Amino acid sequence: MIKLNVNGRAATVDADPDTPLLWVLREHLGLTGTKYGCGIAACGACTVHVDGGAVRSCSFPVGEAKDRKITTIEGLSHNRSHPVQKAWIAEQVPQCGYCQSGMIMAVAALLAEKPRPTDADIDAAITNICRCGTYQRIRKAIHVAAGFSQ
Amino acid sequence: MSKDKSVPAIRQLCVGMAVSIVIATGAVVSVQNAAAQNRLEEGREEFRQMATVLQHPRCMNCHVRADFPRQGDDRRRHSMNVTRGPADRGAPGLHCSTCHQSSNQAASGVPGAPDWHLAPLRMAWDGLSAGELCRALLDPARGGMKPNQFIPHFQTGLVRWAFSPGAGPHGEMRNAPAVPYERFMALTREWVERGAPCPDQ
Ligand code: FES
Ligand code: FES
Repeated sequence: MIKLNVNGRAATVDADPDTPLLWVLREHLGLTGTKYGCGIAACGACTVHVDGGAVRSCSFPVGEAKDRKITTIEGLSHNRSHPVQKAWIAEQVPQCGYCQSGMIMAVAALLAEKPRPTDADIDAAITNICRCGTYQRIRKAIHVAAGFSQ
Repeated sequence: MSKDKSVPAIRQLCVGMAVSIVIATGAVVSVQNAAAQNRLEEGREEFRQMATVLQHPRCMNCHVRADFPRQGDDRRRHSMNVTRGPADRGAPGLHCSTCHQSSNQAASGVPGAPDWHLAPLRMAWDGLSAGELCRALLDPARGGMKPNQFIPHFQTGLVRWAFSPGAGPHGEMRNAPAVPYERFMALTREWVERGAPCPDQ
C-alpha cells in the first residue's frame, strides 16, 4: 500500500511502486483530467505537479510520490480561479482540449518559477505537443496569465 | 716492513669495495628509476582504459560542450528542445526531473538515476583526447578533483547509471561501456595509487 497526498487529500493505493503515477491517478483515484498521450514522456499530456514542479506522470513511478505533494488539473484551483485557467478561458485556447490539462499544468509550473516569462523562456519550458496546433493561443495566454498573476 | 707492504693492499681493497658499492648503488638507482617509469607507464595505460568509459556516449552526452544535453549513441541533440538551464538541471518549468526520476523507467523507457543533471560547462569533455581529458579531470579550474576524490565520485548513482542504462521506449537495450563497472573501479584505484599519471596524447 502506498500513501499519497493528492490535491491536498490523503489517499492510499494498492499498486506496485513502479506503476506510473498516471495510471494510479486515472485508474485508482478516478482523476481522469490528466491524459495519456504517448506514454514515453514526450508529449506532456500527462503533466501534473509533484512538490510544485512539473512532472510527466507517465514516467513517474508512484513509489517516488510517497510523502510528496501531488497536484493534478482537478486540484489546481477549486473554482477555475488560477491565473492560467482564467487566461485559458479568456483566450479560448483549446480546440479539442485533449492536450490542455497537461499544457495548463506545465504553464502553471513555469509561472511559479518565472512569473514574467519571455518567448524564449516559453520555448524552453513548454514543449508539450498539441495535435490541434493551438500554439499561438497558448503563447498569448501565457503572457495574459503572467499579467493576471501580478 | 711487512706492515708497510700491507697498506697498498688494504687501500686497493677499500677502493675496490667503494667502486663496487657505487656501481651497486647506481644499479639500484637505475632499477628504481626503471620501476618508477614502469609504474607511471602502467598508470597511463590504466587511464587509457578508463578513458574508454569516460568517452562513451553514456557519459559524454551530459559532459557536453553545449547548452543542451545529447542523447543516443549518435549523440544527437536531446529531443523536445531540452536546454541546460541556469543550474545545469534544465530550464525553469522544464527541469531534468520533469521526465528523469531516480531510476530507469520500464514503462516509458526514460532513463533515470538520482540527481540526474548535466555536468557544468567547465567539465565539458567534447573533443578532448585521453591525455587532455586526464589533465582536465585533475585541474580544479575545470571541475577537476584530487586523486582521492575519484572513487567516491564514481560511486554515485549517476555515474553507476552509465553501466546499467536500461532499455529505451521500444525495449531496445542502451549500450553500456565495454569496461564493466567493477573493472573500471579497479582501474581507477590502481591509477590513483600510481599517482594518477596522464598519457601524453
Ligand atoms: S503521456 Fe506522458 S508525456 Fe505523453
Ligand atoms: S487542443 Fe487538441 S491536442 Fe491540443
